[in-house]
Amino acid sequence: MAASEVTAATAAVAPTARRRPSRLRRIRRYLLPAMGAVLLVILILSALVAPWMAPYDPFEMNVVDRLLPPNEAYWFGTDAYGRDIFSRTLYGGRVSLVVGASVALASTAIGLLIGVIAGYFRMADAILMRIMDGLMAIPGILLAIGLMSLTRASIWVVIVAITIPEVPRVVRLVRSVVLSVREQVYIQAATAIGTRFPRLMVRHILPSTFAPLIVQATYIAASAVLLESYLSFLGVGTPPEIPSWGNIIAEGRLYVQIAFWNILFPSIFLALMVLSINVLGDGLRDMLDPRLARRL
Amino acid sequence: MAQEPVLAVESLRVEFATGDAPPVVAVSDMSFEVHRGETLCIVGESGCGKSLTALSILRLLPRPYGRIGAGRVLLDGRDLTTVSEAEIRAVRGRAISMIFQEPMTSLNPVLTVGRQIAETVMVHEGLSWQDCMDRALEMLRQVRIPEPERRLHEYPHQLSGGMRQRVMIAMALACRPRVLLADEPTTALDVTIQAQILDLIRDLQQETGAAVVLITHDLGVVAEMAQRVLVMYAGSKVEEGSVEEIFDAPSHPYTRGLMAAMPHLGGGRGKRLNEIPGVVPALDARPPGCAFAPRCMQAVARCHAEAPPLVQIGGTHTVACWAHGQGARA
Repeated sequence: MAASEVTAATAAVAPTARRRPSRLRRIRRYLLPAMGAVLLVILILSALVAPWMAPYDPFEMNVVDRLLPPNEAYWFGTDAYGRDIFSRTLYGGRVSLVVGASVALASTAIGLLIGVIAGYFRMADAILMRIMDGLMAIPGILLAIGLMSLTRASIWVVIVAITIPEVPRVVRLVRSVVLSVREQVYIQAATAIGTRFPRLMVRHILPSTFAPLIVQATYIAASAVLLESYLSFLGVGTPPEIPSWGNIIAEGRLYVQIAFWNILFPSIFLALMVLSINVLGDGLRDMLDPRLARRL
Repeated sequence: MAQEPVLAVESLRVEFATGDAPPVVAVSDMSFEVHRGETLCIVGESGCGKSLTALSILRLLPRPYGRIGAGRVLLDGRDLTTVSEAEIRAVRGRAISMIFQEPMTSLNPVLTVGRQIAETVMVHEGLSWQDCMDRALEMLRQVRIPEPERRLHEYPHQLSGGMRQRVMIAMALACRPRVLLADEPTTALDVTIQAQILDLIRDLQQETGAAVVLITHDLGVVAEMAQRVLVMYAGSKVEEGSVEEIFDAPSHPYTRGLMAAMPHLGGGRGKRLNEIPGVVPALDARPPGCAFAPRCMQAVARCHAEAPPLVQIGGTHTVACWAHGQGARA
């Protein structure tokens, strides 16, 4: 009797599972995210092994060789002080990596905590969400400029300045998931078997937030990398003595007419990094939320 | 039945407080008892307070508006309405379990069914995780799920509706509760699966000796399962008795209406089913007299003015209707 249920269920599932997705859809589902992931891994590795891979010290000035176009000795050419742009670009990736990863981690961790509280406790909700609305109204760049003028420029200040405006976005996301999940019958069922609140939270409600959070974290990482470059370019981000993509571009900007490679290569790296993270994020979203993916 | 009831509900009132308005009474003066191994069916149409009665037993009324306004819920003589939050939590799932109507939504989609069953055991018996999983496997076997070893590690979406309800039953019975509250456990299932689930509940009840409170609006289910029947209308009990008493001599006009509304085999093709005219009055617009009076064919002036008390009309048969008891019966 129950065995017939099983066969009936598998029979019903089989035809849809067999249908081959179109070529375009397969590319978008598997190929693009895979390419994004591979590219991202290459960029991460290049940043990690920069000290061993860079052919020159990124700070070493060689006045004789200043503003050389790309050649065999200097693959990406040299800048106005005769420093090797290839080495500097590799080192610059380290800043982007640290900023992207820390901002994504910090904002999701803080956002998750606040979002859960706001989603579950009605009293806290009104207060927390108004604070979040306030934070969202602060433009990230202005906040960074403000923080920079109050403290000494350092990469940590950049991370804090980018994290603060990102937190409310995570809070909203987590809160909306918690709000919808807490009304589900299975939460009532879990309560009806005597589950305590902390366990209910951790085992039944939190797992539902992970999929959207992972996706959101990738977008945050991408925008943090970009924002760090803006800030550095404007001179309010990473201190100028540390090579970051934004810094290199800012310095190269002065010579763009005679030595465009100064900004070309770090810009390509920046664009590829942001692109690869976003493509990977889109792929993750499609994999983690099949319902949305089907509609696209 | 001289023996003490496992669960006794006494004059329970469930009310909803909204803003400054006086609370709306959703269930009033509800009393019943269930004994070990007995099945009580609560029957009534949608919105009559059946589910609220069950939820209030475990103090699961929707917060912050719903509350128990009066009355007691006695589990082995202990009043559950006054115990602490920690104590009621220890009762939930251990002494009293609940099965919900929708097997599709009452399992967490992101956890394997094995984990969800094991969790109940974990919460109440504090065994090692391995022991809890062993118990979960044993429960899956007991609710007759084929290939339990494989199903243990599957997610709810991989199971059919019938199997999910089996998993819910496994969860509910994992700690051998003394009372099982089943809120329309078969309403969302196919008829053939319904019969299997009811059989399963009955078999497991015989094995464990649990008292079952089965909420349903399906009189077929009642005839199949119940020893005792309680008919509710608009938040109150209108008739209660053994299954024979109710089916042989339905005494409240509402109960008779329900019976007449059931389709019968060979009841003449093309004929319309009998129905009870009108609708249930809104919670905040109850008539002063008998709540059923506006829809009742036999209503007399007194019915509209005064609510009838419950009177005993047979062995264990009580009914709240002016047509019975006092003057009327003589």
